[in-house]
Amino acid sequence: MTTPPSGPAASRASVTARAVITTEAAGGRTRLETLRSDPPLTLRQTGPGLVHLVSTAAGPLGGDHLLLVIDVAPGTELEVRSVASTLVLPGSSPGDSVMVVDARVGAGASLRFSPEPTVLAAGCSHRMAVRLSLAEDANVVWREEIVFGRHGERPGRCRTRFDATVAGRPLLRQELLIGDPAVDASPAVYGDARCVGSTLIAGPAWDAVRDQKGERRATIGDGWATLPLAGPGVLASALAQDTVELRSRLERAESMADVYAGHMAGENGACRAATDTSGGRRAVAW
Amino acid sequence: MRQDIGEGRGAGMRDRPSGDAALLLLADSRLPAGGHAHSGGAEEAVRLGTITGPEDLARFLRGRLATAGLVTAALAAAACELAAATADHPAEPYGQADGDGNTPDAGTDADPARPWRRLDAEADARTASPAQREASRVQGRLLIRTARRIWPSAVLDTLAKAVPEGAHHPIALGAAAASAGCDPYQAAMAAAYNSVTGPATAAVRLLGLDPVTVHRLLADLAPALNDAAHAACASLIDDVVPDGAPQNGPAHNAATQNGAAAKTRGSGWPALPGHTAPALDLLAEGHLNNPMKLFVS
Repeated sequence: MTTPPSGPAASRASVTARAVITTEAAGGRTRLETLRSDPPLTLRQTGPGLVHLVSTAAGPLGGDHLLLVIDVAPGTELEVRSVASTLVLPGSSPGDSVMVVDARVGAGASLRFSPEPTVLAAGCSHRMAVRLSLAEDANVVWREEIVFGRHGERPGRCRTRFDATVAGRPLLRQELLIGDPAVDASPAVYGDARCVGSTLIAGPAWDAVRDQKGERRATIGDGWATLPLAGPGVLASALAQDTVELRSRLERAESMADVYAGHMAGENGACRAATDTSGGRRAVAW
Repeated sequence: MRQDIGEGRGAGMRDRPSGDAALLLLADSRLPAGGHAHSGGAEEAVRLGTITGPEDLARFLRGRLATAGLVTAALAAAACELAAATADHPAEPYGQADGDGNTPDAGTDADPARPWRRLDAEADARTASPAQREASRVQGRLLIRTARRIWPSAVLDTLAKAVPEGAHHPIALGAAAASAGCDPYQAAMAAAYNSVTGPATAAVRLLGLDPVTVHRLLADLAPALNDAAHAACASLIDDVVPDGAPQNGPAHNAATQNGAAAKTRGSGWPALPGHTAPALDLLAEGHLNNPMKLFVS
């Protein structure tokens, strides 16, 4: 991550930028139909169905309004990553910095969104909103990692809102509040963690066999959990001291998602987890 | 400043004991609805050593109220508002619902079960942890069973049938509150209050804390409880998705499209608060693995 000096960064005027990625099916393959971006949100195609977010200016800074629109056409596949972390800074303009991602994933399409972490610098005031709208049989992997300040720094304030729907039905709605000292250090919220991350893994494979009598058991480890949702998906969730630990915990949790996929025909615990209907809450065999 | 959001305190609820006394009964830990069996993550936090005394407990409760407490308050307020609205303007098949419960469960638009299932699904989407969903449904089921005997109403009958596996606790609480004569603000207050008193009482028992000290912590939270109940009710009118979302983007969200103008029932539910507490999720799941536990959750 390149850390711009805060002097020049803070002096740039706030911007409103809009970036768009849309795909189309072209003879059984995915073609990027639209790839449009504005600094500081710059997009580069780096492979078939693969787009990287490249920061071409500091920020977001206070007052910036950034919108990323992603439309994955039916039957196509898209992966979005970023080359570096996003450093959220205070700006010279009053007001929050705002980042909105509006993503739609069509029938039979799949989207993997896994940018590098967002780092909340001291004094920032940031809002993030993700609206993820999935068709009935769309697949998605959506990762979000937030770091509470650079090394040794107290973070500014941040509010995030994540809304995922499947065919219009709510799958996951979550808000995070960071930067309120009374809440941040609460053993109920983040405890002594300095990073929080989650990955939504959703698709028809997670829709199938569910025990009607009770909930499936989550899988948990040190600072992470794999949580089967009420709808067709799983949430990998992690808390950690630093980004390296966060990523490793999150990947650990993500790797357990398959255990809950109903279409798996394995003969290990994975299969039992998804198909056991008699054991009730003890469905997952560790 | 009380916000009179529930217009349903009028005709339909006229014959009910109303308001404050009902709120006291509903929020009382002596209400025989099984709430005392749940610690809301406090037992696991005590076991892990993240709550060791009153200071930790205070921070635990404040964080819990700002997250799970606010969300349950908003859902309870929404449920109370829905209950009041349907009691005032019952849909056609509705009147047949009392007693033996033989309402034809037709899938028509007039199906009174449908909005309850939708609201319950909103609670599901805000509860990523399966252990917490289960604890919430268990408490909701018990509360409906109890409330149907204390404050019998067609609304509670409808809810019990609409979500046979047990409605989420805040949904049940909102419906019970309406049946008892409370308004949405009072329902929200009961939910916010429950979200901290259960864990506080559990901590007293688990750590042998001085009950007066712990009640002092709860008293310190009183302003935050008021704020949470107000915020919960305000979210019912804020039909729009959180500010800052640009208007030119494609609006996938029904709430965005409808805006504050549309008054169709439940159009604001998608935008209700969804504050999450990652540590509570981990605590709830870890708690299930503890064979020596005293509390259900």
